[in-house]
Amino acid sequence: MSERAPVTETEKEATDAGDAADAAASGANRSPEERAEGRPVETGAQSVVRALENAGIEYLFGVQGGAIMPVYDALYDSDQLTHFTMAHEQGASHAADAYGIVAGEPGVCMATSGPGATNLVTGIADANMDSDPMIALTGQVARDFVGNDAFQETDTTGVTDPITKTNFFADDPDVVGDDVGQALALSNTGRPGPTLVDLPKDVTKADTDVEPGEPETPDTFHAPEEADDEAVAEAVRAIEASEKPVILAGGGIIKGDATEELREFATTYEIPVVTTMPGLGSFPEDHELSMEMAGMHGTGFANMAITHCDVLIGIGTRFDDRLTGGIDTFAPDAEVVHVDIDPAEISKNIHADYPLIGDAGTVIEQLDAEMDFAPDADEWREQCQTWKDEYPMDYSTPDDEPLKPEFVVEALDEATGGDAIVTTGVGQHQMWACQYWTYTEPRTWVSSHGLGTMGYGLPAAIGARVAADDDQEVVCFEGDGSFLMTIQELSVAVREDMDITVAVLNNEYVGMVRQWQDAFFDGRHAASEYSWCPEFDKLAEAFGARGFAVDDYDEVADAVEAAVEYDGPSVIDFHIDPRANVYPMVPSGGANGQFALSEEQLEDL
Amino acid sequence: MTGGLQGPGPKDRPRPDGRRNSQGIRVDPDAEAEPDTRRAVLSALVKHEPGVLAEVSGLFSRRQFNIESLTVGPTEDDDRARITLVIEEPEPGIEQAKKQLRKLLPVVSVRELPEDANQRELALIKVGATRPDEVHAIAEMYDAKGVDAGRDTITVEITGSTQKIDAAVEAFEQFGIHEIVRTGTAALSRGAEYTATTPDGAPADD
Repeated sequence: MSERAPVTETEKEATDAGDAADAAASGANRSPEERAEGRPVETGAQSVVRALENAGIEYLFGVQGGAIMPVYDALYDSDQLTHFTMAHEQGASHAADAYGIVAGEPGVCMATSGPGATNLVTGIADANMDSDPMIALTGQVARDFVGNDAFQETDTTGVTDPITKTNFFADDPDVVGDDVGQALALSNTGRPGPTLVDLPKDVTKADTDVEPGEPETPDTFHAPEEADDEAVAEAVRAIEASEKPVILAGGGIIKGDATEELREFATTYEIPVVTTMPGLGSFPEDHELSMEMAGMHGTGFANMAITHCDVLIGIGTRFDDRLTGGIDTFAPDAEVVHVDIDPAEISKNIHADYPLIGDAGTVIEQLDAEMDFAPDADEWREQCQTWKDEYPMDYSTPDDEPLKPEFVVEALDEATGGDAIVTTGVGQHQMWACQYWTYTEPRTWVSSHGLGTMGYGLPAAIGARVAADDDQEVVCFEGDGSFLMTIQELSVAVREDMDITVAVLNNEYVGMVRQWQDAFFDGRHAASEYSWCPEFDKLAEAFGARGFAVDDYDEVADAVEAAVEYDGPSVIDFHIDPRANVYPMVPSGGANGQFALSEEQLEDL
Repeated sequence: MTGGLQGPGPKDRPRPDGRRNSQGIRVDPDAEAEPDTRRAVLSALVKHEPGVLAEVSGLFSRRQFNIESLTVGPTEDDDRARITLVIEEPEPGIEQAKKQLRKLLPVVSVRELPEDANQRELALIKVGATRPDEVHAIAEMYDAKGVDAGRDTITVEITGSTQKIDAAVEAFEQFGIHEIVRTGTAALSRGAEYTATTPDGAPADD
């Protein structure tokens, strides 16, 4: 079975799956009226399902439970929706998040009340930090019991209030469908983000014949489109006068589907492009104008360009501290043009001299229309090139040392021919996957940026697999510590026969912590040694996946080829150099231009 | 893939001259780098529904805005409530507070009121009753009104600006203050100008 085809809910008959696939294709194209004619809404739960169908949703990720049971029961009848039962609700939230990143439409996760809902919290917070379109549907105890500390009760809207774009407590069976529709619309309008609808069991069980309308955002919600013309003109005069311009491309470019506009703008006016970590793939890293990723573990040349530019055009970035380093030394001589769809991001961390509030693609086109000439920046481009030569991303592979992780990343990049979606956990392996994979297309890099959630990689790979084209590989990089946090989701990948290659960069440490302990805590490895790690290849086999273990350079190619060619889930346990560290590195709060290339340099800073 | 990372070390690289202050603003190294804090009165028109106050106060606490006072009450429109927030922050913080407030879905519009806006606070002050005549005299000076008098205590009500109430509290201290309750500032703009909405209900954000 292909990966894309909707696979079964576990409780459905396997033979239903093929029919469901056909029905899903047609179901998405029917109007609410046409659907209503076939099968009118009779309960609150059916209204919830109808709202999802109206929004064109096809996939859900969740775990069944007491308070959410009526919704699952209604889901059982849907031809359009395919549900993936995950091993843990956290996995459901990350899978939905990743689905949203790759597909560009809201990922849906669901869980029951209490522990089910709280298990979603990490994934919701993650989606919130990274502005990913996602909706969470949570069961809740019946309204009569709310506030009484009933069995499996949690104040879910209260808990998730700070980490959702908005959330609803559905208290009316006639309105619950519209609540879901509104949450769906909000999650992907303007700046995307997670929304949540809390569904009391008596509301979803209650009778209603109200058909939910089309998903709409509420009237108090205003997403800006175009930036103010005068502000655009002022920004353009600054860019034209610049001698050392840099574009800082953030994740907002990808979320706003503005990669074409960015590429056109940068190449037309020959402005070097630095990306943030969520911005990887917004501009092709093999282009000569690409300066790759900046920030704590960004390239030396990107950080030099940021530090010495005179105009910084930040688009769809929120100037996270992992990017800026110390605020006082961030692009200290630069006038900042900041394009963002969220007004609250303007001058939150870095003061914007030219704030442009609007949709990324639209504003880039406005800038382009206003530009009379390109900035005179020949010398600057040459300087950028010199920095590229001075600080190449490189590593050494001495015979007497164990396997280097950088080599593994490059081997997988090569084996997949670049046409792959990369997901990662969080830690050293994530940084190597940033640095040594060449990203050229948007929506091919799926990672936990702002929240830094260990264990994100595998469930994200499952969500990405569902959203990806059949012929696209999904490669998941994990560290040993990170992988262990959500390894149970391997059971889902096996059950659904998903073509995912997991590369564990195993150094028997929580490596990034170990690296910081070496640098800043006198090498005292408090709780960071993971020598008790299982043999991941065998564990994979126990789950029913394929497992490989690799110790040496000469084993890498064969294992990678076998794993990539295998159509189901496979895990390669790469035993890498336990001493390997991530460089360049800007110490926390340090100056981006003062990156260390080795431990000795770090000590000097 | 044999060389490893190379290039001049940190000390051998050029450093730019400029710098930014803690708000990310480019500054002249000789100039005053940190802006002073200022008192700002924000008026927000919000949907009158449960949980809005918790959302607003939660936003302010988690973003570490220093709240001086927060009052909330219904308006002439049954579906709207008005929140008056007084914060003390440097300029970028005030702007940020307004923008973050606007992002909340139940918030219809937000406006910072000018200093000359009508600002009032109510306080109930319960003082010792040993010298009732003198309490009465002081109360008169501050336009306060007695609302309760007993053998041991007298309670007066006073409305006015925060400064006026501060001054009154100081004056009443001589009688021994048993308890105080204050409402925090409520404010409306002067004249016919709307405080935080236009007549047609469209947002009047500034």
